[in-house]
Amino acid sequence: MLQVSGATKFYNRQPIFSDLDLVVDPGQFKVLVGPSGCGKSTLFDGLTGVMALDKGMISWKNKKVAHLGRHAAYMQQKDLLLPWFSLLDNALLPARTGRQDMARMQLAAQKLFVRLGLNGYESHYPHEVSGGMRQRCALVRTLMFNRDLILLDEPLSALDAITRRSLQSLLLLLQTEFKKTILMITHDIEEALLLADEICLLSPQPMTIKERFVLNQPKPRHFSNPALVKIKAYMLEQLEKDLTCENR
Amino acid sequence: MKTDRLIAPGLVILILVFWEGITHLLEIPVFILPPPTRIFAAAIHKAPLILPHAATTLSEIVLGIVLALATAIPLAIAMFAKPELEKALAPFLVASQAIPVFAIAPLLVVWMGYGIASKVFMAWIIIFFPITISLLAGFKSCDPEFRVMFRLMGASFYDRLTLLYWPWALPQFFAGLRVGVTVATIGAVIGEWVGAQQGLGYLMIQSNARLQTDLVFAAILWLAAMGLGMWVLVGLLEKKFVQWK
Repeated sequence: MLQVSGATKFYNRQPIFSDLDLVVDPGQFKVLVGPSGCGKSTLFDGLTGVMALDKGMISWKNKKVAHLGRHAAYMQQKDLLLPWFSLLDNALLPARTGRQDMARMQLAAQKLFVRLGLNGYESHYPHEVSGGMRQRCALVRTLMFNRDLILLDEPLSALDAITRRSLQSLLLLLQTEFKKTILMITHDIEEALLLADEICLLSPQPMTIKERFVLNQPKPRHFSNPALVKIKAYMLEQLEKDLTCENR
Repeated sequence: MKTDRLIAPGLVILILVFWEGITHLLEIPVFILPPPTRIFAAAIHKAPLILPHAATTLSEIVLGIVLALATAIPLAIAMFAKPELEKALAPFLVASQAIPVFAIAPLLVVWMGYGIASKVFMAWIIIFFPITISLLAGFKSCDPEFRVMFRLMGASFYDRLTLLYWPWALPQFFAGLRVGVTVATIGAVIGEWVGAQQGLGYLMIQSNARLQTDLVFAAILWLAAMGLGMWVLVGLLEKKFVQWK
């Protein structure tokens, strides 16, 4: 579905990443895990066309594209809700700018509000609700983009641990219920283990894919699963190795 | 909290009492400095004389504001949409501010006559700049992450403007407008000083020449009231349109 090959980006002549290859299959939940500041967000900027890659090719459904600006929806750590619109109007923004049938889209958005636990908050304004609610609304808006691929850039890292757990199960819905293909960045290993079909462990400077883990365990998963515990311990060890290299 | 609110009016009353006392105590002639009581009396008793003049000045200011909005808003949008245009026009805009408006007031009267046109023009060029600059700065202050989101949605420029940039810039726009409405008064009055047949500035010059100092002060009082009224009105509009702040 998505294929990135040879992606390279320099900053001040230093490669942030070079010759990075990435394949995401239809319906897959793929997670990139790496330490903060290793260039994960820069990769997403390159994919979404915020800035051009210095080298590399992106192909979408077997067609070469400059970027995924028209093919992917994007959700970030910041909810990016507009304070002058109600939650429902915020969620409807993609439909509105996309000149879609508003009556139909309104119905669709309302259904999503119910499904994602925002029922009754349609006419609230962003500053009136909690961070978790706001992020749920951002999630509805992301779905309203109506695109097959969803890019998630640490979408939950601004939330407290308890809120994060409940939203993780909603992220899982993206795959199981809404049949989306997902590419997510996170530095939260547990989050990755709960959600991913495949985890790419990244190493910093320049960012490379160090190791891949295919997870076949059925979802929803639980941490107590011994296989997951083992992978987690191994990944932590690897990440720590990178950090000690860096400090030397 | 309560005492905080009393400081400003208390200070005003203190000054007025001092003013009133000193004019009586030192027996200052009324044509030099009339006591506040006399000024208030003149402002109220001479209202039939003052009001038509006030109406003229107010209409000059309001027309100036309307004209300024009608030109500043499209220009700010155009400069925001086309940075090349901003680069080309910015030097002229700044240079226009370096010329004191007072210096060209006599010319404006020569060109546009003694009627209200020259005063409207004065008010317009004074307000035009703060509104344009504040609106443009407001557009530019928009968070780049929101811009990216709108780009990914494939939003048209019109959509980005109306849904994102315009509401984003509104607080700054109102800040500019607030400055604008208060300084617009200056423009209109100076225009009237230089040459007019109507208006509070004209009334002040006339009364000053006849040593009717109380009437001069009464005109100033009306002018201040008008300025304050517009300030409050802009504040109310801001509250209505910028509820989310």
